[in-house]
Amino acid sequence: MTTETRTVTKTSQANEAGQPERFNLLARLLHWTMAAAIIAMLFIGVAMMTSLTWRPELLDLHQPLGIAILLLAIVRLVNRLRHGAPALPADIPRWQVISAKASHWVLYALMFSLPLLGWGVRSAGGWPVTMLPGVTLPPIAPTHPVWYAVLRDAHGLLAWLLFAVVLMHLCAALMHAWVRRDGVFSTMTPGGLYHRYRRNRK
Amino acid sequence: MKIGDIDLKRSWPALAGIGAIIAVLAAAFAWTSGLLGQRVTNMTFLEDTQHDFPAGYRRAHGKGMCFEGVFRSSGEAAKYSHASVFAQPETRAIGRFSIGSMSPYAADNSTSTVSMAMMLTADNGQQWRMKMNNEPYFPTRDAPGFLEMMKATAPDPSTGNPNPQQLAAFLAEYPEARKYMEADAVKPWASSFAGATYYAIHAYYLLAEDGRRQAMRWWLRPHAAFTAWSDEERAGASHDALFKEVGQRLTKAPLQWDIVMQLAAPGDPVDDPSQPWPETRQQVVAGTLEVQRVFDQTDGVCRDVNFDPTLIPAGMALSNDPVLATRAGIYAHSYNSRLHEIGYGKATDAVGKKTAQ
Repeated sequence: MTTETRTVTKTSQANEAGQPERFNLLARLLHWTMAAAIIAMLFIGVAMMTSLTWRPELLDLHQPLGIAILLLAIVRLVNRLRHGAPALPADIPRWQVISAKASHWVLYALMFSLPLLGWGVRSAGGWPVTMLPGVTLPPIAPTHPVWYAVLRDAHGLLAWLLFAVVLMHLCAALMHAWVRRDGVFSTMTPGGLYHRYRRNRK
Repeated sequence: MKIGDIDLKRSWPALAGIGAIIAVLAAAFAWTSGLLGQRVTNMTFLEDTQHDFPAGYRRAHGKGMCFEGVFRSSGEAAKYSHASVFAQPETRAIGRFSIGSMSPYAADNSTSTVSMAMMLTADNGQQWRMKMNNEPYFPTRDAPGFLEMMKATAPDPSTGNPNPQQLAAFLAEYPEARKYMEADAVKPWASSFAGATYYAIHAYYLLAEDGRRQAMRWWLRPHAAFTAWSDEERAGASHDALFKEVGQRLTKAPLQWDIVMQLAAPGDPVDDPSQPWPETRQQVVAGTLEVQRVFDQTDGVCRDVNFDPTLIPAGMALSNDPVLATRAGIYAHSYNSRLHEIGYGKATDAVGKKTAQ
């Protein structure tokens, strides 16, 4: 089993390499808010293509929620680039470290590209991008079948990719929390859980 | 037992829990997307047409002709709705006449259903898309009922007639369909698009600036007289008789329809498209559509438009009519299929290219 080597002090939340001990409050808030929003969004997205009765409401929700995710992703990326992420425990195999880092950047790429592609699909199909009744965004792609076909395919395929990566991410997070119990999961949890974890390790 | 650094003896409950969570999420997603399970979804209505249909054409009402015109508002509907289209004097209209047969190559005397679709774009950019048929109401209260009706009225291969037991079972489940089927049996065959009345069928709400909501249904009432085919005339009608006729009329003069709105009284069934409201309900003429010119449906201005009747301007709201919502989903799949064929260059005559033969 892992031995905890990192120290926690009340004044400093960073180790010697300048990496934070855990994700800051903004990162944690954004992570959990966006986790709920993105999972809801994925289900809304597929449901509005099958539901016999809810499509209009789901579509009304899909558009503003997508734009909200795009805006939150910008804040999140800036925060991440400025404050970084905690280091992974030293005993984690190299392939897991690489796939963890790669999947995080894939998640970032999808958080940006899916809303933009969705906006593009609406634009290419000649539909308004409606935030609220009467409040629409300008088109960002030409209204044209070639644009529509390509953007619509990309939006659909990348949404399935995002769902797969979200499942992998969730699986890995729960492995850290319940199987390895190495403190990685608690870098993203509310403060109380984090400190309880630390006390239990001592 | 250990796999890597995982002690299975200690961690199996955690591993099982993680596996279960992932499996439940994946199964829920697959079910929601229609991959898992046999339930009726929007795709059910399109049968095989998403893959097997003349490329680039609309999956229902495939044969059509587009039109250009103008909607002139009367100002009357502006009392009930703050949508710009009811206040501004003129709004450009793009639309399409079509016949009820699925195939884009159907003969004009193959169906008694004639339709009009239209999109109005107000000066503030707000769109109002419509889809209307020459039938005042829908056969059933919901969309699965329509599938049931198709099944129950399909000819039995052994007798050539619908199976009476199936038909009786359908009518027991959907008694409201009887009046539609009786009316359909004696429905006159319109011999011109110009004299037909086009019903939006589904109810919507008009939203006033002060927050009032008024449920209404609208239809397009023609200025031209209704004309019908006799059985002999219909049998002898040419393959494109209806489309040629409307083109000829427009060389002489534009065609007009009043947009008539029927206002619901309290208690009228708003969300049931199979229940028309009493004829005595108050009517408001929102304005007049003038169709000025028809053009080929291969033109992208109209070809690439999904006339989705759930796309309405601010100042209107959808009712909870389930058939209206289902329509939106079906149209979206039809649109995806054909725009992919057009976008990836698979469509030929649908985009005005000669078929290689």
